[in-house]
Amino acid sequence: MPVTSPAVPPAPARGTASLPPCGTPGKPGAAVRQAVRRRRRIAVLFLLPALVLLGALVAYPIVFSVVRSMYDASGDTFVGADNYTAMFQDPATLRAIRNSAIWVVFAPALLTGLGLVLAVLTEKIRWRTAFKLLMFMPMAISFLAAGIIFRLTYEQDPQRGVLNAVAVGVHDRFQGESASFPTAKARLGNRQLTKGHDGSYRTAHRASPGHTADLGLVGVAPKDMPRQARPAAPAAKSPAAPGELRGVVYLDFTPGGHGTPGAVDRGERGLPKLSVEALDAHGKVAATATTGPDGSYRLPHLAPGSYTVHLPAKDFAAPYGGISWLGPALITPAIIGAYMWIWTGFALVLIGAGLSSMPRDVLEAARMDGAGEWQVFRRITVPLLSPVLGVVFVTMVINVMKVFDLVYIIAPGPVQQDANVLALQMWLVSFGGGNNQGLGSALGVLLLLLVLPAMALNIRRFRRSQS
Amino acid sequence: MTTAQGTAAPRKRVAARPAKWLSRGVIQLFLLVIGLIWLTPAAGLFLSSLRTEEANAGSGWWTAFTSPGQLSLDNYAALLKDSGIVQAFWNTVLISVPTTLAVVVIAALAGYAFAWMDFPGRDWIFLVVVAMLVVPVQIGLLPVAKLFGALGLFGSIPGVVLFHTAYGLPFAIFLLRNYFAEIPKEMLEAARMDGGGEWRIFSQLVLPLGRPAIASLAIFQFLWVWNDMLVALLFADNASQPLTVALQSQMRQFGSNIGVLAPGAFLSLIVPLIVFFAFQRHFVQGIMAGSVK
Repeated sequence: MPVTSPAVPPAPARGTASLPPCGTPGKPGAAVRQAVRRRRRIAVLFLLPALVLLGALVAYPIVFSVVRSMYDASGDTFVGADNYTAMFQDPATLRAIRNSAIWVVFAPALLTGLGLVLAVLTEKIRWRTAFKLLMFMPMAISFLAAGIIFRLTYEQDPQRGVLNAVAVGVHDRFQGESASFPTAKARLGNRQLTKGHDGSYRTAHRASPGHTADLGLVGVAPKDMPRQARPAAPAAKSPAAPGELRGVVYLDFTPGGHGTPGAVDRGERGLPKLSVEALDAHGKVAATATTGPDGSYRLPHLAPGSYTVHLPAKDFAAPYGGISWLGPALITPAIIGAYMWIWTGFALVLIGAGLSSMPRDVLEAARMDGAGEWQVFRRITVPLLSPVLGVVFVTMVINVMKVFDLVYIIAPGPVQQDANVLALQMWLVSFGGGNNQGLGSALGVLLLLLVLPAMALNIRRFRRSQS
Repeated sequence: MTTAQGTAAPRKRVAARPAKWLSRGVIQLFLLVIGLIWLTPAAGLFLSSLRTEEANAGSGWWTAFTSPGQLSLDNYAALLKDSGIVQAFWNTVLISVPTTLAVVVIAALAGYAFAWMDFPGRDWIFLVVVAMLVVPVQIGLLPVAKLFGALGLFGSIPGVVLFHTAYGLPFAIFLLRNYFAEIPKEMLEAARMDGGGEWRIFSQLVLPLGRPAIASLAIFQFLWVWNDMLVALLFADNASQPLTVALQSQMRQFGSNIGVLAPGAFLSLIVPLIVFFAFQRHFVQGIMAGSVK
């Protein structure tokens, strides 16, 4: 809309964003007054769309929510502050408040700290631009996409979730590669093996060194047999030397039938990598061994006496399945981890910008004076960066209080309650089946109250920058 | 720097060189590992999106490195034949483009008024806008849902656009007002002296000068709305739901749905990534300016 401006002489400068000239005091001519009115009308036209939208969709909802929060679920009965007291009695809401507190305590501090460390370190490398770009990229994508990404990363099955694949790999490395056959058991009516309370097996009869003992098990499906398993029969035939016990642990099952139960038939394979122990008369472990690919074991250096051969419970334990990232115990730390994946780049770039605008000569002078890198970091870098660190920290606190999407996406249904946060609980109570808009409004108001300090901070910062 | 320090420096540097080299190597390695950790989750989803449902159920995506034969575009082909997903993609466009335009236009008008026009209560009204910077969208959900219900906007794309526009405005006005206020006073006064009306000054002087800030704002706003799920989850019905909501509704069967979710997630993030790489600088500036939000 083209509107002509009245020609008024310019007023003296009054600062950067100073007001345009208007009625000069002392000369209240009718023409000037008319011009002022016209200017105001134009200003209103420029502001109108913004003020209408902000008034109807931001300001009015705040008032509405405050009023609505003082009514019950149906909205008919005035209940005063009841919704606010109910908030701290309802276990689900309490847990949401507790989780939000965990978020606020850990996430901003971790993010600011990691951002600071990475910003200082990236200063020292040539490919810092590429690194910052990579770290910053998650900022561009949605919480939904990030949520799907991390739902897959945290997947329990080590065949799907990369974190548990790593966890299982590391675990197996440190625990040795001892195999276990959770389904293996002695054949029904087997007289040679007795089962212990802990799921272990031992030979029913004692044997003295120089003898052999073959332990036949069943119940291992062909697909669960390790590839390296070899036929056990050759090893079963080799005699024991004096002072040792030997034998094979084998799968007492011939594919296609024809096998004799309790005997090592041709084609029956040994169970590799199982622990075998020799227990003396007091039940103490006298020797241990691990079966080879053909299931053979050898328990050497045994004192004369009689021993039982023992397959400990760990031979039958379920394999290590990794960490339950999405279980009730770890769900909140896991989601905070995903959140950090998204926001670390933000902290890094902001702190990096602060770092590059820092006076170089101060740092150099300190290094010349013999200050170590750590001292420079603690005594100079961090104090000089504290305004930027403050901005990052406060921004993260505000963001973390409103976190919703990531929790909603990553937490699987059954553990949603364990991962609950304020913004999610507000959603669940108001729209997600809770259908209590009184309590929902109260939670919305609580969220608003929690960000009020940030609001005050913004206003103060803005007014200071204007004065 | 004094001369004494200048002469002392080289000796020290020579002595410290091997240690420095070593520590630099350690730093490089550390950052390389961090970079890999950051890359892995996204790479995992990307490779999963190229594998069949059976392959994903039976083995990890990392097996694709040793047997790349399992990769194919079949999931994407199936996804693009899914009319619901395609519709949701267009809905996302229909929501984020108008919102971005509306926010930029409305905020530029208001930003100019706050920066360069005189009217009673100007500074107070602007402080209220600054205060609105941190108002959580959650507080608007229920009241606006009722309001839109009464106006017949609930569930429709215009409703979603209006809501996003309103909640994008405080930041947009704040950003543009501060940027416009930096325009040299003399330029505006000269334009006014020449008899330029407010509209002409706004459209021919302020808007072109404010282009960097407007670009940052537009990119930031576009991504914010493109990536939104919460607002659309409530305000969009099935016919107008954006991609994020359409995919979210498939999360319940996460285990068996990765063949839809993984390529769907990539479809939803390819546009933000293009925007990100095309306008990195503006994007970073926008984020930095928005750090008060």
